[in-house]
Amino acid sequence: MSLFDWFAARRKDQFVGKVIQETEEGDGLWGKCPECGQVVYRKDLSENANVCSNCGHHNRINSEERINLIADSNSFRPLDKNLSPVDPLGFKDRRAYADRLRESQASTGMKDGVITGLCNVEDIPLAIAVMDFRFMGGSMGSVVGEKITRLVEKATEKQLPLLIVCASGGARMQEGMLSLMQMAKISGALERHREAELLYMPLLTHPTTGGVTASFAMLGDLILAEPKALIGFAGRRVIEQTLREKLPENFQTAEYLLEHGFVDKIVPRTKLKSTLTKLLKLHGFNTKKRQR
Amino acid sequence: MARRYLLEFEKPLVELEKQIDQIRELARDSEVDVSQQLLQLETLAARRREEIFHALTPSQKIQVARHPQRPSTLDFIQMFCDDWIELHGDRNSSDDKALIGGIARIDDTSVLLIGQQKGRDTKENVARNFGMAKPGGYRKALRLMDHADRFKLPIISFIDTPGAYAGLLAEEQGQGEAIAVNLREMFRLRVPVIATVIGEGGSGGALGIGVADKLLMFEHSVYTVASPEACASILWRDAGKAPEAAAALKITGEDLMTLGIVDEVLKEPSGGNNWAPLQAGEVLKESLLRNLKGLGQLSTKQLRDRRYEKFRKMGRFLEPSAFDEELIT
Ligand SMILES: [Zn+2]
Repeated sequence: MSLFDWFAARRKDQFVGKVIQETEEGDGLWGKCPECGQVVYRKDLSENANVCSNCGHHNRINSEERINLIADSNSFRPLDKNLSPVDPLGFKDRRAYADRLRESQASTGMKDGVITGLCNVEDIPLAIAVMDFRFMGGSMGSVVGEKITRLVEKATEKQLPLLIVCASGGARMQEGMLSLMQMAKISGALERHREAELLYMPLLTHPTTGGVTASFAMLGDLILAEPKALIGFAGRRVIEQTLREKLPENFQTAEYLLEHGFVDKIVPRTKLKSTLTKLLKLHGFNTKKRQR
Repeated sequence: MARRYLLEFEKPLVELEKQIDQIRELARDSEVDVSQQLLQLETLAARRREEIFHALTPSQKIQVARHPQRPSTLDFIQMFCDDWIELHGDRNSSDDKALIGGIARIDDTSVLLIGQQKGRDTKENVARNFGMAKPGGYRKALRLMDHADRFKLPIISFIDTPGAYAGLLAEEQGQGEAIAVNLREMFRLRVPVIATVIGEGGSGGALGIGVADKLLMFEHSVYTVASPEACASILWRDAGKAPEAAAALKITGEDLMTLGIVDEVLKEPSGGNNWAPLQAGEVLKESLLRNLKGLGQLSTKQLRDRRYEKFRKMGRFLEPSAFDEELIT
């Protein structure tokens, strides 16, 4: 990435504390729930955390909206905002990786696929990372790995509990093995956070797959998930095609993982903040300093 | 020696080898001295082989790495270990035959060995699940590594897998969780860990036994974030572009040294490890002993701190300095 591109990308980056309206197709005052077909007033939808009040369908939200749902207003302080991706392999498939990056940066206003920072939740300090699926499918390359690792280290140093909101297709192929190694790097940092007896909770949102599932998504002291979120290691199609196994209806959903013992609790988005607050307090994390 | 399995790019050698065989045959039935001719042809064949293997493309290296006669985990163990005792089971209802482990001696050092195990033929491969471990395999590996940690045995890990098994039961039993826990727990180990990619290192399934103080890799081994076939069908929308994907993904030992991921590339015999397995065994044994000796000098704390720092440094990104920040704002 040239310095010019970097400047350009930076100007687009104007996220903190500002609510950006999603400009998706069919954007208007009214929308239709993709799950039940109910016509909803968009303002009502966004006031209900983008959850359909008729059927409970959780529409995808971006990283900024997620932070606004969790953090007390004006409490979020971003970290490592300017860490930017490079193209370490000079990777080009049908399109150049550098072009794909530029495009994602332009459409999201982000440098890469994760926001990290410190915030308060009902006045309780929390270290938080939120992956953004809009940025190249939430794929994890060097920047995502580095920002999350730094956040985990910061949480360990400041004795803070940690929440990582996962949404990812897995390791970013365009950065090759450097992407795979981020799985180990983050897991190492989490080992130190755990050693310090601090609470780590991943929240698995739709979708959480591949290398993210095989690392920090599954390393929580407590593992939370959103209703119906797709969570898995291997892709459903790979399993179906190569092995011709009949797959259960709810295969790789949050509910399926709960049933098989890999998720502690499914938390509807509308109850996310209150649930987090309760859990933090139950573990002795309080408004000022932690007392245990 | 059993009939050799020839790779596509080795075909130019076939003619030469045929000639050599014919002359040998003739010599056996007559009194004619053919040693001079034989020597010439053999030298020529060796030179050709050297040339071919020196210029392998990444996708050709994959074929060498997957060669059915390439020495496997158990082959290497038999070559340079004494008193090998295989240990079984994850203590949670399974014993995965795709990921094996046990204890043995290399010269005077007792070690714990783990590794993925492929089969030589279809029947063996079915039993070994083509070296694709299930969650139970990763949990067995961790159980054995914990054992090594308790009894201060260095850990030697051999990586040789197309990837972790993708199947209904594997998902149900938590394939992601099993690998994830290994990644975290391997940072905690108080004993030296040396991993070697002896064949193919397939993504998370390889990394699940690959968080090591030293990562070694044979010259024609490959280590990939995703199989080039999968990568090609996703990014190129054409599985036929796998050779292009293999080149773009940077999967060879040399590339991974440059990226700061691999510590040492082990030279293979001309024609690859399958050509002279014993020689490959010597090379690996020498490197393992040398690295064990080096790591043995470190205190537990130094060992763990260095392992952390080693992975901590991995990744490439751009970070504007505080000075640049001021310029911009
Ligand atoms: Zn609905």
